[in-house]
Amino acid sequence: MRVARHSFYEATARRRVDGLLDQNSFREFCGPAARIVSPHLPALGMPVAFDDGVVVGEGTIDGRKVLIAAQEGGFMGGAVGEVHGAKITGLLERAADVKPEAVVLLLDTGGVRLHEANAGLVAMGEIQRAALSARHAGVPVIVAIGGKNGCYGGMSIVARSCDWIIASEEGRLSISGPEVIETVEGIEEFDAQDRALVWRTMGAKHRRLIGEIDALVADDMGAFRSAILNFVGRPRPLDLDALEAEHAMLSRRLERFWDCADGRDVWARLGINDPAAVPALDADSFNGLVGALEGGRS
Amino acid sequence: MSEAASAMDRVLVELFGEDHGVVRDAATLTGVARFDGRAVTVVGTADRAVIGADVALRLARAVLDAMRDEPGRPILVVVDNAGHRLSRRDELMANNGCIAHLTRCLDAARRRGHRVVGLVHDLAVSGGFMATGLSTDLCYALPGSEVRVMAPAAMARVTKIPLDRLEELSAVNPVLGPGVENFIRVGGLEGVWDGDLMAHFREALSRPLDGADMRRALGESRGGRSAAARVAAAVRAGAAA
Amino acid sequence: MEHLEFDYDGTGAKPARAFALAGVVGSGNLEVLIEAADLGGRCAAVVDTSVRGYGETWRQVLADFFARHAMSDVRVSINDGGATPAVVSLRLDQAAAEIKDASA
Repeated sequence: MRVARHSFYEATARRRVDGLLDQNSFREFCGPAARIVSPHLPALGMPVAFDDGVVVGEGTIDGRKVLIAAQEGGFMGGAVGEVHGAKITGLLERAADVKPEAVVLLLDTGGVRLHEANAGLVAMGEIQRAALSARHAGVPVIVAIGGKNGCYGGMSIVARSCDWIIASEEGRLSISGPEVIETVEGIEEFDAQDRALVWRTMGAKHRRLIGEIDALVADDMGAFRSAILNFVGRPRPLDLDALEAEHAMLSRRLERFWDCADGRDVWARLGINDPAAVPALDADSFNGLVGALEGGRS
Repeated sequence: MSEAASAMDRVLVELFGEDHGVVRDAATLTGVARFDGRAVTVVGTADRAVIGADVALRLARAVLDAMRDEPGRPILVVVDNAGHRLSRRDELMANNGCIAHLTRCLDAARRRGHRVVGLVHDLAVSGGFMATGLSTDLCYALPGSEVRVMAPAAMARVTKIPLDRLEELSAVNPVLGPGVENFIRVGGLEGVWDGDLMAHFREALSRPLDGADMRRALGESRGGRSAAARVAAAVRAGAAA
Repeated sequence: MEHLEFDYDGTGAKPARAFALAGVVGSGNLEVLIEAADLGGRCAAVVDTSVRGYGETWRQVLADFFARHAMSDVRVSINDGGATPAVVSLRLDQAAAEIKDASA
């Protein structure tokens, strides 16, 4: 049973930060009172937000110092504009300077904000480079996905450039939104209204099963907090051997599954006896299944 | 060979000579060419390719090989794409993870001392530009090419801003509309290579760089992206306001 | 977009905290930033709204708000995506409760 006040999905960006960090430990950078708003939206007749849709700052989680960014999915779908992007980039660059035990990115976004498209796209490249710089400085970057927008577009590439990804069952991680594929390629290619198909293709369970994300949790603030804590202070290697290992993993995936038409085909080939049952499993049962698969493999 | 492909070949010939050694496999370009007496790895795509999971991995392999074979060897990334591939299969395979892998390989090459230069030929779109040009040290465009996030008509539909209004605003604000000139102004492109391509490439290979991301500063000095540099610096300093 | 500015008499204590924020800018929603400000005891409100022509409604909703919460030296700043008066009042009350809360 889900208790509403603990839901990560239902919470705003600010509530997520409050819910994950130690009480009263959060100090915001360039907060709403500074009114650093989008310089581009007013000309388009669009309302601005005082934080441009992202909260950035520092705090502690179980006493361990972290930097944190939280995208507000309710403002323009969490999309990345010039200021929004610069805040995340600046936070990641700060990480390389001050070396916290982790940077935590709570991503809830459709990708580039089309109203300031070019600035948003270049910002994606800057965020990614800053994330990798933080990692090279030895600071692990942890992504959490569990909001209404999932994590799409350029931010899905950023997410996979970080050390660890945690997602709730509601989380989705993909470069293209289902609507975009349907609009451009037709409903035969992707029926965006078919929610079960969306989840089997882009959802957190499929992503966990193919090795795109590292932890699946229930939609609960405490579950996210525990999962984040598990990765704090644990950078992953980023050298040539690590890149070769990643290349081997991705190449093997394409060899094994390229002819699969559906997530269920992939799961069956992974050795899951009843792939049709996967979507209904709760987080604990699902993680038990993942554990059994990984145990059987080693 | 299509007109665009032969135009691409002319560019390679002009830079590296008739026997440039760059091989086309479907839309993918890979090879080791010679420039001023030293080896240069060429990776990229042609014919407005779409970057699918398989394409991303093929390009990543060439970048990994360059790092393994010869530390410091320059890499030219030829950018010609219509974006990432929009398909159910690519999403099922997690195209974002495969593209992230390509960009991480390019990033690793930069940090290990390979000069990574991008060159947009014909077209670069959104995720396709992020997969390639945005992961280079310096990215340029050839005259007549285009860089964009989305075609104006589609952008008008999604943003619900009338097309004529959007085009009117694009004329005065470089963050909004497509075009190489706009991407130069926001700092996403270094400049245009017209005239002597070898001279341009030579300059890009020898330019002293310290590894800092200069794109925000460029966008600020060129008046195309005035807020980003200041905001990022304030957050980096941990400023309350 | 329409920009509106209002000014009211202050009637109570200065707020306990520097600022508070409630709500998110979106369709049918708004954000309310409430701040301590040196206004010589008065209260001020600034509204940027995507829906034009409701100045009188805003004046009344904000007057009700300042009447409900006795405060002085307070500035309210609103970014509005077309919220109903009920939602506006709810967000104003949330912001006021937070800025008056000395415990945090």
